[in-house]
Amino acid sequence: MFPKGTKRKFSDSREEPVAGGEDVNQSSLAAVRMLSSYSLQRQSLLDMSLIKLQLCHMLVEPNLCRSVLIANTVRQIQEEMTQDGTWQIMTQALSAANAAAQCSADRLVATEVLCRQTEAAQGEQVPKPFPVVGSEGCPAKEVLEEEAAAAEVGMTMSTVSPQAPTSYLPGTFGMDPCWEEEETGEDDDDEEEEEDSEECGSGSEGEERERDSLVEDTRTAEQVFGTFEIKNPAPSPDPALEELFSDVDASYYDLDTVLTGMQSVPKMGPYDLLESLSSHGPSPLSSSTSCRSDLNELDHIMEIIVGS
Amino acid sequence: ALELLKTHICKPSRWSCGPPAAEGNVQDEESDTRKINNSFLRDHNYATEADIISTVEFNPSGELLATGDKGGRVVVFQREQETKSEPQRRGEYNVYSTFQSHDPEFDYLKSLEIEEKINKIRWLPQQNAAYFLLSTNDKTVKLWKISERDRRPEGYNLKDEDGRIRDPSTITSLRVPVLQNTDLMVEATARRVFSNAHTYHINSISVNSDLQTYISTDDLRVNLWNLEITDQSFNIVDIKPCNMEDLTEVITAAEFHPQQCNTLAYSSSRGSVRLCDMRKQALCDTHCKFFEEPEDPSTRSFFSEIISSISDIKFSHSGRFLMTRDYLTVKVWDLNMETRPVQTYQVHDYLRGKLCSLYENDCIFDKFECVWNGSDSVIMTGSYNNFFRMFDRNTKKDVTLEASRENSKPRAILKPRKVCVGGKRRKDEVTVDSLDFSKKILHSAWHPQENIIAVAASNNLYIFQDKVT
Repeated sequence: MFPKGTKRKFSDSREEPVAGGEDVNQSSLAAVRMLSSYSLQRQSLLDMSLIKLQLCHMLVEPNLCRSVLIANTVRQIQEEMTQDGTWQIMTQALSAANAAAQCSADRLVATEVLCRQTEAAQGEQVPKPFPVVGSEGCPAKEVLEEEAAAAEVGMTMSTVSPQAPTSYLPGTFGMDPCWEEEETGEDDDDEEEEEDSEECGSGSEGEERERDSLVEDTRTAEQVFGTFEIKNPAPSPDPALEELFSDVDASYYDLDTVLTGMQSVPKMGPYDLLESLSSHGPSPLSSSTSCRSDLNELDHIMEIIVGS
Repeated sequence: ALELLKTHICKPSRWSCGPPAAEGNVQDEESDTRKINNSFLRDHNYATEADIISTVEFNPSGELLATGDKGGRVVVFQREQETKSEPQRRGEYNVYSTFQSHDPEFDYLKSLEIEEKINKIRWLPQQNAAYFLLSTNDKTVKLWKISERDRRPEGYNLKDEDGRIRDPSTITSLRVPVLQNTDLMVEATARRVFSNAHTYHINSISVNSDLQTYISTDDLRVNLWNLEITDQSFNIVDIKPCNMEDLTEVITAAEFHPQQCNTLAYSSSRGSVRLCDMRKQALCDTHCKFFEEPEDPSTRSFFSEIISSISDIKFSHSGRFLMTRDYLTVKVWDLNMETRPVQTYQVHDYLRGKLCSLYENDCIFDKFECVWNGSDSVIMTGSYNNFFRMFDRNTKKDVTLEASRENSKPRAILKPRKVCVGGKRRKDEVTVDSLDFSKKILHSAWHPQENIIAVAASNNLYIFQDKVT
């Protein structure tokens, strides 16, 4: 899939996350970064695996053995993160946002969104919008529809807010040389509890800004992901947040949907929304028309990301 | 010491568009060398994907060698008979027959292509003048008959030599058709097509020792066929869960026991092998024996399961042992001991530190095959950089060899290779970082009696023979 592996080394050695890192000052930051490298590596492995599960050949049935092995790897990471407690934080953030974004029926799901943030101080991972290149991994009835859906859905979103820059962790994909590993950024926010929503909130505020400026921001931050508007903003208590997390729930992490979608009627998780758009019927196809205008741009980005 | 007997380059398929030099006949050894070294195929740059060899198999006598490729073609080589006039040509394999076994198909229901790539070829033992083999792609198994024709009847009354119907009014006398010698023709005809029995991709076929039945195996099921009956098969193993969400393990390979026609083994993606006895019950979901080695907790990582996934299993010729290949090792199991293998051989343990990169570029999912020699004393398997490894079970010695064009002078002796795992690199050693992971030897075969091996590297087939008599 990726022509050459990167030379980035993956250290399997476990490193203890820093306990009680309340003082996030410059001097301890380096030490904290090192110590949470295991979490970073684990997170990037998770991201890589999820992308692998989604990217697949459009025309040929995906290799079941490979998919099962990747899915098991994701489950394994998921279990470990559950034990760590990082999993709960992540899913809480997602479900909280989801609860606030109930009326999204006519909105095309943007993408499978991981909202996370590296909090070096806590050594924890909070999900952050994450670019996912999507073509679903499952048979689709119409290849054309599928391509359109994939182009619409597999969009990248970044919520880097200039005000509260957080580090973004690109995975070790190696598929796009522009993706560089960022150092864990400082976070001025000391409050743990509010962090998620604030982070995402502040991040999603960026969504409402002009796309161009955000794109520039992200590029200056050496990130390739621009932000691409593919949904209509809708009135809601927290429109930006809602946009971010519409149709996203913790079932994104539910690997059942991955394997289910291959063979049986998919559940309506965000992942399966990809399939349902093209194959199985009751789906928010009406919203797809509103996004056709962005297809050219999205196609272009797809090409970059897929690394053709 | 292995000498290179012959290198055969798969002729470009009809879809390729390389320069004409590629189509030179690879028969003359001397000119071969020059052609090989100068041809554009040197680095496989122009090799079309359809020519990539996907399976290699000797027939039970070793007289024939079959290869299947991604384009659905089967090429059969035949060993030259020993002749007094050209003794140096003894043992050479030359093209005997080429035919298109499978064509690409389209599954309209799922809107998916069915690849024509030949996943496996298995020969039937020869019972008459014709040869029979089974070849399979992802969905369909076919029985092919390869037969020679060197005579044909001539002198028909109602049609002339070209086959045109003769005008009855011109026939003035009757004659009896007579068989006349013609040039040797080798024909391949599909005698049986076994289809519509697999929802998932077929990964193995295995002929039973009773020579009447065979099994075909996909990710979740093993089906038993009678070679004569194409419209029904028996499902004897089914590991599909009621809820596909619960799927965590797939079948990766299956094989019949070489002597016991009721015994078969299948391997899983979790690193286990199950031995089943078909006499116990119709559906062999419960195993008789379960072979799995407990995991070493000190080497546990997120990739542990993936690298434990078994890519190939082979019974020894004696039927006493079973060999399994996972990503980093080859293990030999005694069928009487399920708790752990009797021998474990490290194929390329230096890759253990690179698993993340190999996961990233999907190499960690490569399925390497393994083979026994005729006496079960040596086992062989492939690696990257066009390296392949041999392990002598008695002397415990192992060797790494390379199948490449650089050292492919005919009759050249293969030089052992070595991968430098750290510290100072000696001359001729290859560092781990310089390994070419796109050059992998997944498929190889060993002559059933003699020390002749066939190694497939991309679209090239290398045949090596032991010089030591």
